Amino acid sequence: MTQPSGQELNSERDLGQQRSLTSGQMAWFRFRSNPSSIIGAFIVLSVIFLAIFAPLIAPSPQSAGSFVDFINRHSPPSKDFWFGTDNVGRDIFSRVIFGYRVSLGLVIGVLGFAVPFGVFLGLLAGYFGNWTEFVIMRFTDIMLAIPPLAMALAITAVLSPNLINAMIAITMLWWTWHTRLIYRIVKAQMNEDYVEAAKVSGASHFHIMFRELLPNCVSAISVKISLDAGFVILFGAALSFLGLGVQPPTPDLGTMVSTGSEYLPEYWWEALMPGLAILYAILGFNLLGDGLRDMMDVEV
Amino acid sequence: MFTYLLKRTVTLLLVFIGLAILIFIIARIVPGDPARIALGPLASAQQVEEMRQEMGLNDPFFVQLWNYLAGLVQGDLGKSLLTSRPVIDDILGALPATFELVLFTVFLQITLSIPLGVLAAVYRDSWVDNFTRIISLIGVVTPGFVLAIILQLLASYQFSFFPVTGRVDPGLNFEPDITRLILIDSLIKGRSDVFIDAFSHIFLPSIALAAAGIGQVMRITRSAMIEVSRFDFIEASRAYGIPERVVTFGYMLRIASVAPLTILGLEFASLIGNAFVVEFVFSWPGIASYGVRTILQKDLNAVIGVVLVSGIFFVFANLFIDILLGIIDPRHRIREGSSK
Repeated sequence: MTQPSGQELNSERDLGQQRSLTSGQMAWFRFRSNPSSIIGAFIVLSVIFLAIFAPLIAPSPQSAGSFVDFINRHSPPSKDFWFGTDNVGRDIFSRVIFGYRVSLGLVIGVLGFAVPFGVFLGLLAGYFGNWTEFVIMRFTDIMLAIPPLAMALAITAVLSPNLINAMIAITMLWWTWHTRLIYRIVKAQMNEDYVEAAKVSGASHFHIMFRELLPNCVSAISVKISLDAGFVILFGAALSFLGLGVQPPTPDLGTMVSTGSEYLPEYWWEALMPGLAILYAILGFNLLGDGLRDMMDVEV
Repeated sequence: MFTYLLKRTVTLLLVFIGLAILIFIIARIVPGDPARIALGPLASAQQVEEMRQEMGLNDPFFVQLWNYLAGLVQGDLGKSLLTSRPVIDDILGALPATFELVLFTVFLQITLSIPLGVLAAVYRDSWVDNFTRIISLIGVVTPGFVLAIILQLLASYQFSFFPVTGRVDPGLNFEPDITRLILIDSLIKGRSDVFIDAFSHIFLPSIALAAAGIGQVMRITRSAMIEVSRFDFIEASRAYGIPERVVTFGYMLRIASVAPLTILGLEFASLIGNAFVVEFVFSWPGIASYGVRTILQKDLNAVIGVVLVSGIFFVFANLFIDILLGIIDPRHRIREGSSK
């Protein structure tokens, strides 16, 4: 979570004012002039593309299921099998592509619930203050004190391991970060004139929270989501690596690393290739998130 | 300083009690009957009922909660189904190994990331800066278990000096009975052979564990150093002719170390989480290995114990860092002390 280096941004802002560019043009200029965000966007788009069109792209779509091809088991990476094959002869490249479907599904599932919930609590705590703030923020502190992976392990273990339960466990822990972030932003915005003006003109609590304050949080939320997406993938992969997430034969990247690691070091590609595939996706979301952060000039 | 410490301790107690209650509630609301799980699917309904009685599961919720908290204060975490020993004994047995691993990891993080961050800030926009940027990015985006596997691969092919599993060679016949940390005890007892062996065992797992934190802390240190370098008093110190070395490490780093230390504290939670995975890969005999084993066996008491202990670990690490920050930066003491 590096902070944007202020000097570079300032100089660009000055430049923008001189030429009187619109803020959208300026943001795009910043995004474009940062090579890492372009690379990040490219990686993220490629992962999404592979996931959506997996059945069309995968050289061997049947490898996604419990397909067996013993003649080709443990084949090293080659022209036919780009990432090699696994212990029952399935094409690892095809499985990785289908694995991205599972990973992105997890991201959508987790962030689809955790972000609205966390943002809502953060708005409540920041806007109302007093005991609302006390209760919500202390509860958030407690949730943050639980090592997330340990907690998720416990939850998935008790609720029998599968994709949905992994999703539930991660969601239960993930909202806290959004609550904290939004709380901090709202708290700072409360002294702004526009909030005061809305209050004076008799706007409802609902209006001030969702029509005045929330739009000011949107850029921070979108940066956070992009950074989060990578870490949700990591988290889900770690869970299934320990055998507590997605169950075979569903092609999940973490499970593939775990199975592959049984055949180390001779058949190294079986663990390494899915591992690098996870790394690739996380790298993409991270670079993109960093780029967006510099572009929108927010602190997350 | 005293009021500050007192306030931090009260907050800590609140967080701790909240944590215990929360974990208890989660363990109780999950579907599945703990008595049934303990006895297995073959037990009769009557046996399950007797077990429920014995485990106190038929008591009202608040009575259960009270008994649980009361037991907790006395260090009673119940019995493990897996080992049929008190959970607390199991955890205390596994804790030193984890503690050693985590301590060594944090040591690596501080000694590697802060100097590298300072270097990146001093030689800003040079190749040093770019190099550390790439290193930190790799560290942040590589999942702990992937890095662990890559390191194991390298070790088994290239660097056979580093063993890929375990904590110390059992053939060395060494009993760490002073601090229970092998690295330290072997030094105290003057067993250099044990020290070298333990070091070679701990090195790879702790690198795998440290990487994410190193990446983050390095970048934070860099931006904090750059921010501080714009302060007037730094300019003034330079004008007075104070040596650059003193300005950088004595004045700038002191203020700039607040941000990286805070991040280290917050990152501690994911460090413990990652320890689960890394210990698993390297067969490190710590609390995480115990945790994973008990989780797979649905050993509820042990699971609760492990989560609770890792939470306590995290809370204490943050208290320690808070105190450290209070010493480094008095403003922190006032700010944090008054708001809580």
